[in-house]
Amino acid sequence: MSHLLINFFNQQINFMKLFISFILTILLSFMLCLFFPWWSIAIAAFVVAILIPQKPWRSFATAFLALFMLWGGLSFWISKNNNHVLAHKVSQLILKKDNPIELIFATAIIGAIIAGFAALTGSYLRKSKT
Amino acid sequence: MRIILFITSAIITTGLIIVLHTNLVLPAALGKLLSPQHGIWQNAESDYENFSANLKIPQLSGKVDVYFDERLVPHIFAEQENDAYFVQGYLHAKFRLWQMELQSFAAAGRASEIIGEKGLEHDREFRRLGIVYAAEIALKEVEKDPIIKAECDAYTAGINAYIETLTESTLPLEYKLIEYKPEKWNNLKTSLFLKYMSYDLAAHDDDFEMTNAKNYFNTDDFIKLFPAIQDSLDPIIPKGTTFDAQKIFPLAPINTDSIYFNNKELAFTESSKPDRNNGSNNWAVSGTKTKSGAPILCNDPHLGLNLPSLWYEVQLSTPTFNAYGVSFPGSPGVIIGYNDSCAFGFTNGGRDVRDYYEIKFKDDTRKEYLFNGKWMATNFRVDTIKIKNKNNYIDSVAYVKLGKDWCPVMYDKTFSGGRNKNNKYYAVRWKAHDASNELKIFNELNHAKNYTDYSATVTNLQTPGQNCLFAAKNGDIAIRTQGSWPAKWKGQGDFVMPGFDSSFLWQGMIPQDEVPYQFNPQRGFVSSANQKPVDDNTYPYYFGRNYPLYRGLTINKRLNIMTGITPEDMMTLQTDNFDAGASMAKPFIVAKMKENELNSTEKKYFNILKYWNCNDEVGAKGPSVFEEFWIAFESVVFDDEYAKAPKVIMRPFFNTLVEGILKDSTYKFLDNITTPQVETLSEAVTEAFKKAVPALIKLDAEGKLDWEKNKATGISHLAKLAPFSKLNLPIGGGTRAINATKKTHGPSWRMVISLTAKTEAYGIYPGGQSGNPGSKYYDNFIDQWAAGKYYSLWMMTREQVDDKRVLSKMRFNKE
Repeated sequence: MSHLLINFFNQQINFMKLFISFILTILLSFMLCLFFPWWSIAIAAFVVAILIPQKPWRSFATAFLALFMLWGGLSFWISKNNNHVLAHKVSQLILKKDNPIELIFATAIIGAIIAGFAALTGSYLRKSKT
Repeated sequence: MRIILFITSAIITTGLIIVLHTNLVLPAALGKLLSPQHGIWQNAESDYENFSANLKIPQLSGKVDVYFDERLVPHIFAEQENDAYFVQGYLHAKFRLWQMELQSFAAAGRASEIIGEKGLEHDREFRRLGIVYAAEIALKEVEKDPIIKAECDAYTAGINAYIETLTESTLPLEYKLIEYKPEKWNNLKTSLFLKYMSYDLAAHDDDFEMTNAKNYFNTDDFIKLFPAIQDSLDPIIPKGTTFDAQKIFPLAPINTDSIYFNNKELAFTESSKPDRNNGSNNWAVSGTKTKSGAPILCNDPHLGLNLPSLWYEVQLSTPTFNAYGVSFPGSPGVIIGYNDSCAFGFTNGGRDVRDYYEIKFKDDTRKEYLFNGKWMATNFRVDTIKIKNKNNYIDSVAYVKLGKDWCPVMYDKTFSGGRNKNNKYYAVRWKAHDASNELKIFNELNHAKNYTDYSATVTNLQTPGQNCLFAAKNGDIAIRTQGSWPAKWKGQGDFVMPGFDSSFLWQGMIPQDEVPYQFNPQRGFVSSANQKPVDDNTYPYYFGRNYPLYRGLTINKRLNIMTGITPEDMMTLQTDNFDAGASMAKPFIVAKMKENELNSTEKKYFNILKYWNCNDEVGAKGPSVFEEFWIAFESVVFDDEYAKAPKVIMRPFFNTLVEGILKDSTYKFLDNITTPQVETLSEAVTEAFKKAVPALIKLDAEGKLDWEKNKATGISHLAKLAPFSKLNLPIGGGTRAINATKKTHGPSWRMVISLTAKTEAYGIYPGGQSGNPGSKYYDNFIDQWAAGKYYSLWMMTREQVDDKRVLSKMRFNKE
C-alpha cells in the first residue's frame, strides 16, 4: 500500500517537475529573447534543467515541448494576425514551397531541438556533479 | 560516463547553434531568421497594426503631427518647414529604408559590398562614369545654398533618428535575409540618389553603336537608315512656332569628315544601358477645354517598375507651403504633385548629354595625354571597391581636362564595360558632372504660387533635362523643354569624337532664353511625350536623331478635338491603349499581303491581324501577331544589309521603316541584296508573315497569344526575389500606346489634377506605401493600378483630424 502511495507521490512530483520546468523554460526563453540573441533559449533550457533535476530524457522532452509550443505558438499567432502574408512569401524563399504552416512548424522544431539538447546538457551536468 | 554524455550533448548543442546561427552549413542562418522574437516573424505586420506613436525628438524646432490615412499616406503638419523634412526623412526610413540604402549603394558603385563579386562590373562602371564625382560636385553646390543645405540636413537627421531606433528584431526584412545592417545616412547619399536618377534619365547614348553603323554603311544608306528628320513627328512645341535668332553658333570642325566620320577601328561587344524607354506623358488643358472651366494637369512618368516602388506618396504642410504628391525615398520634398495654387509634373527631355572622346596617352602609365598638340598632365582618382567576402578592388581612373571640364576616362585597357574590345581610351563628357542644385527646384515648386514662380525656378534645372509642366488655379498652363543643353553642331556627339582637338568639344550651352516653351497657347493645351521638342526646320540648334513619337501623336490628336473635359476623361486618356505606330503600318501590311499564298494556319493568324483595331488591350491577340510579324519583317528587310556587320550596331528605329515605306513603296532596303531579282513590299510582308507564324503557333500552344500574357507585365522586387514580386499582371498597353506599360517598365505614377476652387486630385502608383513585404500595405495599389483605376488624393486640412480616414496619428515633440 505504502509502496503504491510513494509511487503515486513520485509520479505526482515527476509531473510537477515536468510541468514547472516546462513553464519556466517558456518564461525564461521569452524573457531572455527580449534582450539577447535567439540562442539564449539554449541558456534558458540549460539553466532550468540544472535548477530542476529530472531524468535526462525527461529534461530533453520538457524543453523540446516548451520551445515547440513557444516558438510554434508565437509564430502561429503572429502569422495569423498577418493573414499569413509574410509566411506565404518567406516559405517560398526558405522551403521552396508556398506553405505557411510548414514554416511555422520549421520554426517550432528549430526552437525545440536547440532547447532539447541544451536541457539534456544541463541535465547531464547536474547528474555528473551529484 | 555522465561526463562523456555531458560533453557530447554540449557539443551537439553548440554545433546546432553554430549551424543555425551562421550560413557555414545551411544557406541561411535559420535560427536567427526564424526566431519569432528576432527574425522574419517580427516583420509580419499585424492586420490591425496601428502606427500611432508619441516621439520625443530634441533636434526638432517645433511640433509635428502626422496623420496616416487608410492607404498609409502620411499627412505631415509641421510648425517649422525644416521639421517637415526631418519627419519626411524619418518616415521614408521607417517605411523604405532598405530600398533607399540599396539605391544609394548602387549609385555610389558599392553594390559589391552587399552582393559580392557579381556587383563589381556595375560598381566599376558607375564609378568610371563619374557618378560619385558628380554627386560630390552637386553636394558642394547644395552646401552653398543655406536653405537647401538646411532642408537636406533636416532630412538626413530624420533618417538617422529612425535608424538609431532599429534593433535586431525591427530591421527591415531584406537586411535579415541578406544579413547586413544599414549604415548612417548623409547628404552625399541624397546627392547620389539624385545622380542615380540622372543616370536613369540622362545617360542613355548610342554613340558607339552609331559610330559602328556610320563606319559600316555608305553615307547614302546611313542617312536613309538613321534620318535626322521624323516625318510623323508632332513636336512638343507645335510646328509653325517661330523662335528667336540664334545666339550661339556651334561650328563643326573643318576636319569633321576625315577624322570624325572615319573612325574605322572601333569594335565592341555588348553593353548595359539605362532603359531607352524611360519616358513619360504629361499634358495640361486650359479651362476653355474643361467642363469645370478650370485647368487640368496630368502626368504619368514611365520608369522601371519595382517593389518597393520608386515613389512614396506624402503631404507636407507647413506655415510656408502645403504640397501633396509623390516623393523619392532618398530625397526631401514633393517631386510630382500640387499645392494650394498650382500643379507640376515632368517628362524626360531625352536629349543626348553624354558624349565620348577618344584620348591619346603618351604611354601606358596614362600620366600625359595629347590635347591641341601638347602633352597635358592627367589627374587620377583611385577608387577602393569593397567586395563582400573578398579582397578590396583598387581601380584607378584617369581624369583628363578637355577644355575646362575634367572628364573621366571611363573605358580603358582595364575596363571595357562590355562596350569595346579595348586597347583604346575613351573619356566621357556627361552633363550631369556639372554643378547643379536640383533640390532647389523641387523646393521652390512646392512653394510656387503662380507662373512667375514656376518659370523663375525651373530655368535652374540642368540635368536631367525635363519637359516641365505647369498649371495654376488662375487658369495658366505652361510647358518648358527645360535643361542645360549643349549647343551642338549638326551630328555632334552622335558618334565617338577625337579628344585631342578642342574643336570637337561642346562649345557652349543653349541660352536659357532660347529654350523652347509654351505659355497659355491658343490651342488650349500643352503636352509632351518625349517626342522631339521642336520642328527641325525652324529651331536653330541640333538635338539628335531619334525620339519616341507615337504617344505624342495620339495625345495631341485627342486633346485637339476634346472639349468639356472632366478628370474622368483624362483618366481614360492616360490609360488609352491605341497603338498609333501599328495603325500606320497595318494598312500597307494588309493591302500588300499575298493572302492566296498563305496556308490555312497562316491565314488564321493573318485574320487576327487584319481585324485588329490597333488597341493593345487585355484579351486582344492582334498585338501579339503584330509584334511577332514586325520582328520578322525587320529581319527580312534589314538582315541582308547587316549580314557582315559588327555584333553590336545600331538598327533602324520602328518609325524609320514605317515612314520609309509610306514615303516610297519601293523602299530601297526591301530588296534582298543576296538574290538576283528585286523583291517588292508585297513579297517582303508575305515572307515575313510566314516567318512569324511558327513563333505564333508556339505562343498559342503556351496560351500566351493574348497580349497581356505575352507581354507579362510584372512588378519585380528590387532584389529580384520572386515571392516578393507581383508578376503576370492583367494589363494592356505597350511601347507606342499612351498606356506605355511594358514587361518591367511603364506608368510609375498616374496623376490627374483638376485645379478647381477646391482641387480635385487623383493618382495611383503600382506599389504600396510600405516597403515591407510582410505588410498589407506593400503592394495593395497594384491591382487597382492594373485595372486603370485611381485613388482620390486627399489634401487634408488641420480641421479634418477627426476624419474617419485617419487611421493613426504620430506625434513628434521637441520634449
